[in-house]
Amino acid sequence: MNDNESKLAIRDLKVEYDAKGRRTVALEQVNLNVKDGEFVSVVGPSGCGKSTLLKVVSGLLRPAGGTASIDGKEIAGVPDQVGMVFQNDALLPWKTVIDNVRLPLEIKGVPRKEQLHEAQRLLGMVGLEGFASYYPKQLSGGMRKRVALARTFAYDPEIYLMDEPFGPLDAQTRVKIGEQFLKIWEQVGKSVLFITHDIEEAIALSDRVVVMSARPGRIKAEFNVRLERPRPFYDIRFDPLFKDLQKEIWAQMADEG
Amino acid sequence: MAAKSNKSASYPSSFRQREYKPSSVWLGRAGVFILTVGLWELLSGRAFNSFWLSKPSLILKRIGEMAADGDLWFHMSATLQEAIVGLVIGMAGGTLLGVAISFSGIFEKWIYPYIMALYSLPRVSLAPLFIVWFGIGLSSKILMVVAMVVFVAFYNAFEGIRNIDRDLMDMMSTYKAKWTHKLKWVVLPSITVWILTSLRLNIGMALIGSVIAELVGSNRGLGYYITFSSSMLDTTGIFTGLVLIMLIAVVLEQIVLLMERRLLRYR
Repeated sequence: MNDNESKLAIRDLKVEYDAKGRRTVALEQVNLNVKDGEFVSVVGPSGCGKSTLLKVVSGLLRPAGGTASIDGKEIAGVPDQVGMVFQNDALLPWKTVIDNVRLPLEIKGVPRKEQLHEAQRLLGMVGLEGFASYYPKQLSGGMRKRVALARTFAYDPEIYLMDEPFGPLDAQTRVKIGEQFLKIWEQVGKSVLFITHDIEEAIALSDRVVVMSARPGRIKAEFNVRLERPRPFYDIRFDPLFKDLQKEIWAQMADEG
Repeated sequence: MAAKSNKSASYPSSFRQREYKPSSVWLGRAGVFILTVGLWELLSGRAFNSFWLSKPSLILKRIGEMAADGDLWFHMSATLQEAIVGLVIGMAGGTLLGVAISFSGIFEKWIYPYIMALYSLPRVSLAPLFIVWFGIGLSSKILMVVAMVVFVAFYNAFEGIRNIDRDLMDMMSTYKAKWTHKLKWVVLPSITVWILTSLRLNIGMALIGSVIAELVGSNRGLGYYITFSSSMLDTTGIFTGLVLIMLIAVVLEQIVLLMERRLLRYR
């Protein structure tokens, strides 16, 4: 694949950590491309540096070697194009739902009236119309997750970086939110780099699934997901193609021991 | 899916979760008050000589006399003014210092041990020095209060900043927030809890500071009234001073509690 046609290009990336005087290599020789509008998932065992990869792309962490670039420009500092969804929501507990959602617009300097209008619209989109004046603590885990998603939609980035966003949720809520997110994403059609340890979730959502090895993290295998869109997030699991992929990816992961 | 309610009946599982009816709380408090003050009143002059411990009724009478001849406000206003002005200056200064130093990089490492060394100094012993510097007027008292208050404020702001959720700061960074946004949306709300805690602790500290400085050298204030009464062997006067100081502390504390309830509604 040519770098020119990818939105995000990662070349020979190496990331090291200094922890208690010892150098640990978190990522090594990672090569990855994400095209415009492509949904790419990264799966791998815990501690393989999946989240580290996102930190590099979001400009929060400087790599020890190699490059990561967006639109052909190397990442230095937080790029304009990315929006992050954190594993633990990262909602401001002292702000109401609507204030949390309008935060990125406030930072962008959008007039207040528009901020509120847009935030209301997004809350409607994620099914939280009546909850604008609630505080995050008053919401369930699934609702908080939807607030976090609405906030990222408000920011409207060109690349969504998602760090096990549905991780802490129970299985049922996970499926519901995954389905809702997939529907909304199919409308916006922006690039996504999605980190998860859930193979089924990865296949159901993605155009491509990348498997990473245990530490130091490397890319071990890549699978194209040739399932039609729009997909039924849950029922797609019974598609024979899905089953085959699941088996193959699982074989790659199980290899890791 | 619905919002959680704290009102549902549950067994008291942890020591903070128990909820009591306000009426039973206040009735109990009143009971404790009546019991102790009543015992004091009854035993004083019967079980022991009332010269040593005075008597609630005598103290109440004294307060009435002082109110009538203007002494009450004369002394209370002085102490109150010193404590509040010093508290405000010390809280603002200490908090700003804590915020500034925790964002100052290596400078923090240079300066921190010296701040802790100053903190470990028994600051009460500085009162004579302040009186030499500023005389027996208001400024020496205010300085004493500031010296008492500033460290707790500094330390709480400093710790508060160290305890800010890193993810929230990262989140702000990914939205390309400037530091003014970070300050307003994350840093200040995060340390509000800590500032309020230090404010509550510092009410007592401020009163200690102003009264100590008054004891050492002054011609007005509750501390002065206590030393003056002591030199007259007037225990009722001493106890009156103590009761009035306590009263100020309780009222200030209630004000801070009200502020807390407003500012920490989200919890």
